[in-house]
Amino acid sequence: MRGFARAWSVFLTFARNSLIRDMTFRANFLIELVSSSAWVFMNLGFYLLIFHYTPSIGVGTGWGKWEFFAFAGTGLIINSLTSMFFMTNGDEFGEMIRTGTLDFALLKPIDTQFLVSLQRVEWSSAGNLVVGIVLVLVATSRLAGAIGPGQVILYLAFVLCGVVILYSLLFSFAATSIWLGRNTSLLDFWFYIVSFSRYPMEIYQGRLGRPIRWFFSFVVPVLVAVNVPARELVRPLYPRLASDWLFTLSAPVAAAASFAVCRWIFARALRSYRSASS
Amino acid sequence: MASTASTAWTILRISMEERLAYRGDFMLGTLMRFLPIVTQIFLWAAVFSEIEATTNRGATVAGYGYHDMVAYYLLTMLSRAFSSMPGLASGIAREIRSGTVKRFLIQPVDMLYFLFLYRLAHKLVYYAVAVVPFVLVFYLCRGFFVETPQGWVWVAYVVSLLMAFLLGFFLEATIGMLSFWFLEVSSLLFIYMLLSFFCSGHMFPIDMLPEPWATVVKAIPLQYLAYFPAAVFLGKVQGAAMIGGLLMQATWVVAFFLLARWAWHRGARRYSAFGG
Repeated sequence: MRGFARAWSVFLTFARNSLIRDMTFRANFLIELVSSSAWVFMNLGFYLLIFHYTPSIGVGTGWGKWEFFAFAGTGLIINSLTSMFFMTNGDEFGEMIRTGTLDFALLKPIDTQFLVSLQRVEWSSAGNLVVGIVLVLVATSRLAGAIGPGQVILYLAFVLCGVVILYSLLFSFAATSIWLGRNTSLLDFWFYIVSFSRYPMEIYQGRLGRPIRWFFSFVVPVLVAVNVPARELVRPLYPRLASDWLFTLSAPVAAAASFAVCRWIFARALRSYRSASS
Repeated sequence: MASTASTAWTILRISMEERLAYRGDFMLGTLMRFLPIVTQIFLWAAVFSEIEATTNRGATVAGYGYHDMVAYYLLTMLSRAFSSMPGLASGIAREIRSGTVKRFLIQPVDMLYFLFLYRLAHKLVYYAVAVVPFVLVFYLCRGFFVETPQGWVWVAYVVSLLMAFLLGFFLEATIGMLSFWFLEVSSLLFIYMLLSFFCSGHMFPIDMLPEPWATVVKAIPLQYLAYFPAAVFLGKVQGAAMIGGLLMQATWVVAFFLLARWAWHRGARRYSAFGG
């Protein structure tokens, strides 16, 4: 428990330092805020355009316009939380290995993975977080059916699971740069894989779709990360089947499993670390 | 004359060798770039199945059937292989900011000419390597190409692709030259990148846009970077419209060529050699 309290206070220091740093270059911060949300608004424009032509995404899937926007908002919340806390750090980690500054992280009396995962907080991603929250609020208010407090708590818990899944994937990839020396394209690879979670999992159908859906649900569970919370919130096909409980349960299971795998890969990778340039 | 040719050849050769240094990374990167298309194909399959179910007829979106839509996305990948210029504008901006641009003021080589050959070499190497993943993907997706162009349309398609390369080059070079006036252009570049992703038709066929947006987007040159060649291939623009489009594209190429040259001359006169 004391370890946890100390980790929390270290994290708060990191967050404060990052905020001070961001506020030193205030204009730059504003530009980052605006440009990253410009990207999001462009995507939303594309979605609006799609619903200009169709009432829903896929026959009988229940993803109508507002259900889908709740889904997109959820995806945005999860992605912006990941980029706020972990993306820069994942990127930086490769650089630490290449330049050898990881030595300093290893020497500190705190869990190394914790330290390298959270040392920078990207405050400008908070803009997209707000956009995501507004999107979810607007979308759910347009849908019939009240949302109970239990559902909200579950939703938040599942969003957290989603962040854990994306984080684990990111740092599993980042850790491989210990073996590869440099790994710029693997981070791109992470982006490309996460892009599979941009749309509801029901779209992956047919001969090719089924294996994709299976792979991204059970092996690399990025589909679980966004689909479970979004479904919990808007329940596109409510009275649900008994098997849906298994689906709901898959989020915490997938989060725990991916985190365990990520810890394992990270520890293995650290053991192979040979300090560079000293 | 002979010395000009040998200079050109040397620049071309050195740039090619440089590009081939990281070929493994490069091949993987090319193949990976097709991944987002996979989600796009499935999204459209779902959308079209829904439209078909509700309207009970052959579904089209802005004149595109499902097969056309998928073919369109694949073709824009090909257009972008010609028109996208990664690092061109930011490279020029960096040279201006750091002062290394002065080598072009001293050496008897024109900057645009050098960059053009350098880019040409990179593109040639890119095609030599990327032909493998491209052929693979297009072969696997051959079922989506219901109609292929006939006769002169092929010629028009190839011409529009080549002009897409020229337009992409001179347009980005012009933006890079803005650095002479603004020094820091990275946020401007980001905005350009966003606009071009949306308005070039890379994200969706711009025919889908409702008025007045469709007219606006078709009036600016970005559509010639991705949409126009694909539309020619799929027969979305034909006859007089196709010829008119090619002429318009050529006009934009010339305009941006002149603009880039002008910006270089004006900029070089303004340039104050930062960074020693």
